[in-house]
This record gives sequence, C-alpha cells and structure tokens, in this order.
Amino acid sequence: MSALIRIERVSKTFGSGVPALREVSLQVERGEILGIAGRSGAGKSTLLRMMNLLERPDSGTVEVAGRELTGLSARELRAARQGIGMIFQGYNLLQNLSVADNVAFPLRLHGRLNPPRLRQRIAECLELVGLAGKAGSYPAQLSGGQKQRVAIARALANQPAILLCDEPTSALDAETTRGLLQTLQAVNTEMKVTIVIVSHELPALGALCRRVAVIEEGRVAEDFLLSDLSTPRSTALGRELAFHGAEAAAAQRQGAIHA
Amino acid sequence: MPETLHERLLALLPELLTALGQTLLMLGIGLLAAVVLGGPLGVLLYQAGRHPAGRFRLPARLLGWAVNTLRSFPFIVLLVALVPFTRLLTGTSIGPLAAAVPLAIAAIPYFARLVEQTLAEVPQGVIEAALAMGATPLQIVLRVLLVEARSGLVLALTVLAISFLSYSAVAGVVGGGGIGDLAIRYGYYRFETDIMILTVAVLVVLVQGIQFTGARLARRLDKR
Repeated sequence: MSALIRIERVSKTFGSGVPALREVSLQVERGEILGIAGRSGAGKSTLLRMMNLLERPDSGTVEVAGRELTGLSARELRAARQGIGMIFQGYNLLQNLSVADNVAFPLRLHGRLNPPRLRQRIAECLELVGLAGKAGSYPAQLSGGQKQRVAIARALANQPAILLCDEPTSALDAETTRGLLQTLQAVNTEMKVTIVIVSHELPALGALCRRVAVIEEGRVAEDFLLSDLSTPRSTALGRELAFHGAEAAAAQRQGAIHA
Repeated sequence: MPETLHERLLALLPELLTALGQTLLMLGIGLLAAVVLGGPLGVLLYQAGRHPAGRFRLPARLLGWAVNTLRSFPFIVLLVALVPFTRLLTGTSIGPLAAAVPLAIAAIPYFARLVEQTLAEVPQGVIEAALAMGATPLQIVLRVLLVEARSGLVLALTVLAISFLSYSAVAGVVGGGGIGDLAIRYGYYRFETDIMILTVAVLVVLVQGIQFTGARLARRLDKR
C-alpha cells in the first residue's frame, strides 16, 4: 500500500494561543479506514480538516494523492477538493434543497454531467446509501440517520478517492450508528474509498477501523493496527480502542460461524 | 359642499387612482433599485463582516461607513439634499419619477443591511460543506447563501416594501404625488376627514396585501 495522504510536521495555533497541533506527521494508506481518536480539544478535528485544507496549517505540508495542497492556487485547491468527500456531525445539508438536489450539488458545481447522466448518478448514489425512495423529500422530513446517509451520497457523488468523516455518528443513537458504520464499511470495501474518521466514540472506531491514531495535546500519541494485539498500548485511549477492536473482531467471527 | 359623501368619493376616484399609480411607481422603482443594487451590496457587507481581518478590512470599513452615513439621513432631509442629483438623473425635481430617486437611494442601504442580517443566519456548516466540495466564492453566494436564505430575503423585501410605502408619502413634498400626498392635501390641509379615512383605508389594504403575499411566499419557499 502507498500513502494517499501524507501529513508532515504540521502545526496549527488558533487565536487562543494554545497550539491545536504540534508538528504532527501522519500517513493514510490507500484503501484503508483510519480512525482518529482523542479527547475533546485534542486536535483530532483540526487534523482531519487539514486533509482538505478547510484548516490551513501554520507550518508543515499536506500531500494528498501526490499533490502538496498548501502550495496550490485557489483554483487548483477547488479541483483537488473534488477528489475528497467529507461528511460532518451536523450533516450540513442544504435545507431548502430536495435530497436529489443535495446529492446533485457537487455535480452541478462543476457542471460536467448532462441531465440524464446527472439523474442516473443521483439515483446510483441514493441507491448506495439505501435512500432510493427519498429523492423528492427535503432534509427536514428525514431522521438523523437518513440525513447522514444523504450527506454520504452527496460526498460520494463526485467519486472521490477519499472520504473524510468528522464525528459522523455523534448525533445518532446506537442502532442508527451501527447501520451507518455498515454503510461506511461497504463504501470502503466495494468502492475502494479510503476513509478517515474522527470520533470520540471508541466502540464505533473499534468496529470500523483498520488502524487508529490517538491524538493527545496536539500530537500523535500512538498509531497502530487494531489487528495487532500483542503490543502493549501506551495510552489509556489506545488500550480502550484495542479492547473495542478485539471485541468487534470476535463478534464478527461469531457472526461468521452462525451465518 | 353640496354633494353627498358618495358623490364626493366618486368625484375623487380618478385622483385616487392616479395617486395609487404614482405610489406604485415610486415603490416599484425604489424596490427594484434596492434589490438590484442593495442586494449585492448586502452580500458584500456580509462577506466583509465574515473576514474582518485581511485584505478586505479597509474596503469593508468604508462600505459600512458609507451605508451608515446614508442611513443617518432623515428621509425628508435626504429628499431635499438630493434634489440636484435627482435633477441630473431625471431632468426634473418634481413628480413621482423624481421622488423615486431619493426613495431608491434610501432603500439601497436599508435593504443591504437587511440582506446582510438575513445571510448571517445561514449556518456556517453548510458553507463549509460547499467549500469542501470545491465551490467558488460566487457559487457559495448563488447556490448556498441565496438558496438557504431565500425565505428570509422575501420577508426582508416585505419589510422594506411596507416601510417605503410610508416613506413615499413624504415624496409629496417634492410633488411626487401618491396616496400619502392625497391624504395630506385633502384630509389634512382641507379638513376633509372622510377623504383622510379613505386614503388611510387604501394604505391599510395595501400594507395587509403586501404582508400577506410576502409571508405566504416566504412560507412556501421555506423547506426547513
């Protein structure tokens, strides 16, 4: 596997003067699901938002698919962002647009598809997230889980190589979270989309991720494969993640036996 | 006065219709200018407010200052002060067309502030999502801000229309005519209270109509 996202010695300090990130380096391999865990204010969201430059680092470099984002012009950055989907805790759908128009939003920004192709792509994306029947609904008519699915469909409309997820399940109940995690899993395995997910919900990360990075005080405290159960973990969050990872793996094996 | 009330009202009808036409003309021109010029100005004010630092700082301050200055004028003072400008623009300083000039000048910064305020209520997250999808600044204005704020903008225009219906009464000072002017000339100067009541009734109907239409349209546009 080759690194699809390569973050090198990135630092960021906000107005408050406390550094959010201190010389962080992190790589995301092509095709993996990487979780980023950390306490509130540890800098995990800031790190995720560096990956499409919603947050610009004070120093350091952010390379995505071989392009250094911080050196791009505004136009080049917009083009690069088309290859990076993103979903948010608050869904961030356009409330006054129908589900179909929300999914079409990124496609229309760049206007490359003719109307029949556009309709076809909208239908494909909604099918993918199991909302084929909701094309004409408005976000206000949907549940939280459905809204997040629309957001996933929208984020994938441009067929990006990467999907960034900023606390995608934090506003959802446990049942809905499970369904959403399965959708993300399918997006990864079937569409080969690399996923980076920030969450404070450790069971969710344990169930979904191949690898996790623990952020503490603006630094990567540890970074390990969840399948590696032999190495002792140095952080409390790391130990909890390893536990949830092992538990999810065991549940999956049992599931396979019963099936 | 030999006539009955009924006859007097009938005799006044042509004048009332003319006045109504003048009022609608003044209002139409003022609102059009507000939307066409005040709307973009409001977007600029909003953008300037979001980036208080950086390269827009000075132009943003100048813009805000200009808008505040223009809004400081009591309308009747603005009306008189703009006479030379009005004459330059329309060739005359009397009549509804001439009165429409100061109305427009007052409506532009008024609507700009209303637009700024309305756009500020669009949640930041939606704008961020559009940025993450690679939207240009213009696309964010046209495809996010205006879409998400559309019902608020209709309500802002409704507020503006009702305010300026009453401002247009002042336009009688420069011979602008209109319903308000009619009310002052007959009802006030000539003590014909029934005419006064009639004109006020027409204005009440107009205001109710504008408010009803605006609120209804806003509700239909709002899918939130």
